[in-house]
Amino acid sequence: MNTEQEVLSAQQLDELIDLIKKFHGFDFSCYSKASLKRRVIRIMQNKKQTFYDLKHTLVNNQHFFQEFLDEITVNVTEMFRDPSFYKAINNQVIPYISTYQHIKIWSAGCSSGEEVYSLAILMNETDLRKKSFIYGTDINTEMLKEARKGIYSLKKIKSYAENYQYSGLKGSLTDHFTIMYDAATIHSELKHNTLFSVHNLVSDAIFNEFQLISCRNVFIYFESELQEKILELFYNSLAPLGFLCMGSKETIRSDKFKKKFKVINSKENIYQKIAT
Amino acid sequence: MPLDNNIIAHWKKSEFLLIGGSAGSFKLIFNIVKNFNTDLDKAVIIIIHRKKNFFSEIEKLFAENSRISLKEIRDKEVIHKNTIYIAPANYHTLIEKNGSFGLDVSEAIWYSKPSIDVTFESAAEAFKGRCTAILLSGANQDGAQGLLKLRDNGCLTIAQTPEEAEMPQMPLAAIEIKAAEYILNSEEIFGLLQQ
Repeated sequence: MNTEQEVLSAQQLDELIDLIKKFHGFDFSCYSKASLKRRVIRIMQNKKQTFYDLKHTLVNNQHFFQEFLDEITVNVTEMFRDPSFYKAINNQVIPYISTYQHIKIWSAGCSSGEEVYSLAILMNETDLRKKSFIYGTDINTEMLKEARKGIYSLKKIKSYAENYQYSGLKGSLTDHFTIMYDAATIHSELKHNTLFSVHNLVSDAIFNEFQLISCRNVFIYFESELQEKILELFYNSLAPLGFLCMGSKETIRSDKFKKKFKVINSKENIYQKIAT
Repeated sequence: MPLDNNIIAHWKKSEFLLIGGSAGSFKLIFNIVKNFNTDLDKAVIIIIHRKKNFFSEIEKLFAENSRISLKEIRDKEVIHKNTIYIAPANYHTLIEKNGSFGLDVSEAIWYSKPSIDVTFESAAEAFKGRCTAILLSGANQDGAQGLLKLRDNGCLTIAQTPEEAEMPQMPLAAIEIKAAEYILNSEEIFGLLQQ
């Protein structure tokens, strides 16, 4: 039985995590290991780097770190990902938050902004745009630059358009974009009430109070202990009776937070903060 | 190919069974699920290619016809024996060394999310030789590399006989790179899993 030589051992991964923390200030120590390791191996293979090459480049080439960050933080996102989620927000959350004077929304881990603009479109379609404000945050400054532009390739828009059709909103996705050549730009009035800024869920603190926090398919990259810590941050960042949305396969596992949130929609993972 | 003692022994000591299938594998997987006995004593992890946004009734249909508990995988769920786990659509399913599932929404592999390769490769690292993996009918090459990694880590690896598969490409790709230790038809697969 020949046991394969590992491309990257668990110890080597820990070594990289330490090094990144020291030299670049990002703490990946509580990230889910299987996914993180796969991403790192992918970079090594694409760059034809050994573990030692990678270490050396990470220390000596500041420019390379951005590339590394782009690769290990998964930036795959869609507009109207899980269309049934948007339907549920429209039916179960909008009637409630529409009674507020101002609606503040936080899309945590927003990557290239697709979720922020999906929510902006939803707010627009429900006549709440003028009193709503959406904050998109991410650890990756390059992704935030993309998000601020609000420009997506037609190829992407095509794949998002199918989601839109299932979301229950009227018209089509392209109604909200200006299309030129092979790119689509989100309508400027939809950008007005959005703000993109850097925030690291691992290390940064509360920055505002929200009626709705959406953090979908971000927890999957974190180990359970870190998930707990971030749930605390979200709980404290929510207005009384504010809503928390998680990815459809993510779960609040601890009794502590199960008691602090009421389930609004178990399939779409929408919760409401309750007083304790 | 008759089942030799080697394959039966390796299957019996496996703690996990991984099944990967795509186009043309559904009926076979359904029958496998239906035939498991309550004394299986293993965890079964099934990765079937499927489209997002189509709420397939796979879990419901499988659960109604299974004698052992069956669920769709959720993030950080701990893997238990005598349970069948189905990989959710539009996520990759990974296996952590502590014996729990992790999910990932990164790029599709071979146009597939879930990708069989991703689960097989992480299972190879997490489970080492403690599992049996079967690659069934499918129209692309997903699963072949993962199956090879499982084989290299001492797992029992099986590909469905291509001549019998509705879509032979997937088992063929695995056989081509010598990822499959055994090539079995569906009857032989049933026979083995009944042991």
